[in-house]
Amino acid sequence: MRRKGLLAAGIALALVTSGCGAVDPADGTDSVANGGVGKVHNPSDTKGGTLRMANSGDWYSLDPGDTYYGYSWDFVRFYGRALVMFDTQPGEAGTKLVPDLAETLGVPSDGAKTWTYKLKAGVKFEDGTPVTSKDVKYAVERSLDKKTFPSGPTYFGDVLDTQGYTSPYQDSDPEKLGLKAIETPDERTVVFKLKVPFSAFDYLAMQPATIPVPRAKDTGTKYKEHPVSTGPYKFETNELGKRFTLVRNDNWSAANDPHRKALPDRIEVSLNVSADDIDARLLSGDLDIDVANTGVQAATQGKVLADPAQKKYTDSAALPRLWYTHLSTSVAPFDNIHCRKAVLLAADHDSYLRAYGGDAGGEIATSIMPPQVPGAPKNDPYSFKAKKNGDVEAAKKELAECGKPGGFETNMSYRTERPKEKALAEAMQQSLGKVGIKLTLKGYPQGDYFKLYAGKPDFVKQEGLGLLAGGWQADWVDGFGFLQQIVDSRVIRATGGNNNLGVALPKVDALLDQALLETDTAKRNDLWGQIDRTVMDEALILPGVWAKVLLYRPAHLKNIYVNEGLGGYYDFVQIGVK
Amino acid sequence: MTIAPAQTAPEIVGRSPWRIAWRRLRRDRIALGGGVVVVLLVLVSAAAPLIVALLGHPPNEFHQDRIDSSLQIPTGRFGGMSGDFLFGLEPVNGRDLFSRIVYGSRVSLVIAFLATGLSVLIGTVLGVVSGYFGGWIDAVVSRLMDVFLAFPLLLFAIALAGVIPDRGFGLRGNGLRIAVLVFIIGFFSWPYIGRIVRGQTLSLREREFVDAARSLGAGHARIIVTELLPNLVAPVLVYATLLIPTNILFEAALSFLGVGIRAPTPSWGAMLSDATHFYQIAPHFMLFPGLAIFVTVLAFNLFGDGLRDALDPRLKG
Repeated sequence: MRRKGLLAAGIALALVTSGCGAVDPADGTDSVANGGVGKVHNPSDTKGGTLRMANSGDWYSLDPGDTYYGYSWDFVRFYGRALVMFDTQPGEAGTKLVPDLAETLGVPSDGAKTWTYKLKAGVKFEDGTPVTSKDVKYAVERSLDKKTFPSGPTYFGDVLDTQGYTSPYQDSDPEKLGLKAIETPDERTVVFKLKVPFSAFDYLAMQPATIPVPRAKDTGTKYKEHPVSTGPYKFETNELGKRFTLVRNDNWSAANDPHRKALPDRIEVSLNVSADDIDARLLSGDLDIDVANTGVQAATQGKVLADPAQKKYTDSAALPRLWYTHLSTSVAPFDNIHCRKAVLLAADHDSYLRAYGGDAGGEIATSIMPPQVPGAPKNDPYSFKAKKNGDVEAAKKELAECGKPGGFETNMSYRTERPKEKALAEAMQQSLGKVGIKLTLKGYPQGDYFKLYAGKPDFVKQEGLGLLAGGWQADWVDGFGFLQQIVDSRVIRATGGNNNLGVALPKVDALLDQALLETDTAKRNDLWGQIDRTVMDEALILPGVWAKVLLYRPAHLKNIYVNEGLGGYYDFVQIGVK
Repeated sequence: MTIAPAQTAPEIVGRSPWRIAWRRLRRDRIALGGGVVVVLLVLVSAAAPLIVALLGHPPNEFHQDRIDSSLQIPTGRFGGMSGDFLFGLEPVNGRDLFSRIVYGSRVSLVIAFLATGLSVLIGTVLGVVSGYFGGWIDAVVSRLMDVFLAFPLLLFAIALAGVIPDRGFGLRGNGLRIAVLVFIIGFFSWPYIGRIVRGQTLSLREREFVDAARSLGAGHARIIVTELLPNLVAPVLVYATLLIPTNILFEAALSFLGVGIRAPTPSWGAMLSDATHFYQIAPHFMLFPGLAIFVTVLAFNLFGDGLRDALDPRLKG
């Protein structure tokens, strides 16, 4: 499940994001033990043992400058320290950023266009060389080279004032530090210069691209075979595509790293293990962690949830993901807010949830941002939860106000290859039918869903697609990451490929600009909440499900919990096996 | 003493070839069984609304109160099978599986019959023309058949069915989709019939009765219609019966791949496709549509084989 690009500051920036924020449906549950959600399960400080992990696919890249999967951003903290990180705490505390390589969070100046970080003293690479600000600058520089490292996010290239700088490998500077947007006034200070104000820059400093890379050891595309560690573990062996092992890094010091427990002595990771095999080994205790975090397979889910003895080892982890339906104002009668409200009210929210896996798949969403995102309104303006099967009376009232008391006909698009989305479309057809809204379902291939169909404004209008099924997952748990790509009208391209399926409200755009300038975290989070409420008031989005994923943790694991900041992953660096 | 009535010699009854075939068919119990199932299927699909009203629930009605919200499968044993829900319920939304199987037969049979009809029409016309006239016409039609047989039909069907608009040719929605599917399937399977008909025509046109008709001054049209076609009915009937199950499978395959009939109209192939996600925890969902396809195809094949043996015993294996 790849993290998808969002970002790019709202104003003048051309967005380089591709594809959709939506990800494959996953399964999880509420009616589970949840011993590792919101609290640490089996707290422990006992060191020793081997942590055994497996990945059903290949590791996309172990190079911190070229990696974009959520599990990789979690795992990379074993061998790399970025400037800041999500706090290694269960529950809401985990969504807060704390300094890691830096002494404090970023210090903004020049209206959030300049960000300064001071590195901690005494941090060393695995060979004992001290980490300097130049290693951080070099690391970010090389991550800008999308020819050599195509897989990483593009955020730094989008916001930094790069002035055309593309790669340290084509740098005339003898030290290969020619990028003017990052300054290193001394050994321990890094200054980032942006071309636009970006108040949430700490979320970029959290990304693996800021993990220092020593230029002398950089082997370009081969660096992933042995990234030089700054974290508690270093690579011992690495057989690409098969397995790799990590052992303790003697040059890491817990004294300057309060956020990693680093309990096991050794970490073994197997790659390309079949998903069914991973489940079987988790259940038998031969494996500790499924790295990819996509949750157990549907069959395993049925097995463990039906068996109380197994069920207590399951956790339902909240993902920063919303399954929703967009209402197209370009398709009559959805240009009328009352007809839009009628859909929100008539929809059967319980059916929506069931389509995406029932209690195991998440919870009924009442607004756009899931509750774990700081600033989420956590309110229920249309009483979705109280009237979970839909409010027929209220919907009919809105229909009458819209001038369509008997209902109307419209179309709904969904992705043919996704059984859960099809189930949702069928459920909508049923529930809207009760108030006379006749829905024709139209499936489109998911490969081009955003490029040619639901994400292409003139296609939506021409085909009369009043309702568009979709989903969105943020790269990290933050209002900007969650909202900007789906509600900022300025990212809508007439040529298609949009994640914003048609939310165009001047008030929302203004609030977004305001938030990007607001460096006070609490005030900024409040602005995200306002944006969410505004879109809900306009009834442009029918939120369906705040997704969850069902994780299984073998009985012997210690000190394990779900980190909400990382987006519903077990906090790898805290797990113990003794 | 009474005189016994004179024994009358049994009257010699002339038996038409059809009568002989019927006698042969009647003795073939397996074929007869297939035929009975086929007739039943046709009756079921014709009377689907009545059957469902008596024994089931509307095919698109949700019964989520009978579905476990975390497991997504029906509560109760065997997928929720009971007197109320004969085949149990669909996972997730709890639709009545029995009703959907019954309604699904309509889509399968309608598309298979119409598509077969279309290929029989095209195949017979072109086959007769090609076989009867020979020469360059035969060459052209034969090459055309080769082209059609070499066509990657499944890929083409997926591509075409994927872009069917919502309305056109005075039809809309599923009506248009059915028409297009019938066209795709029928238009690309005519060479199977065409080859048989052409072969038969080639041998028939050299026969004495055709020569006789020709010497009496009959034109081409008359020879084809009154001399050739009646002799082609038997093979065409046999191959049409055998083409139907192929077409049922083809429709199921397209629905399985998501390019068949539009949801929520029930179709066996689409149900099988949905069932693949649940086969380990709700096997009944895969079992019933699978069985429905299996029984239907088997019945048509058995009946078709029996029909062939009855009409043309020389082919009997």
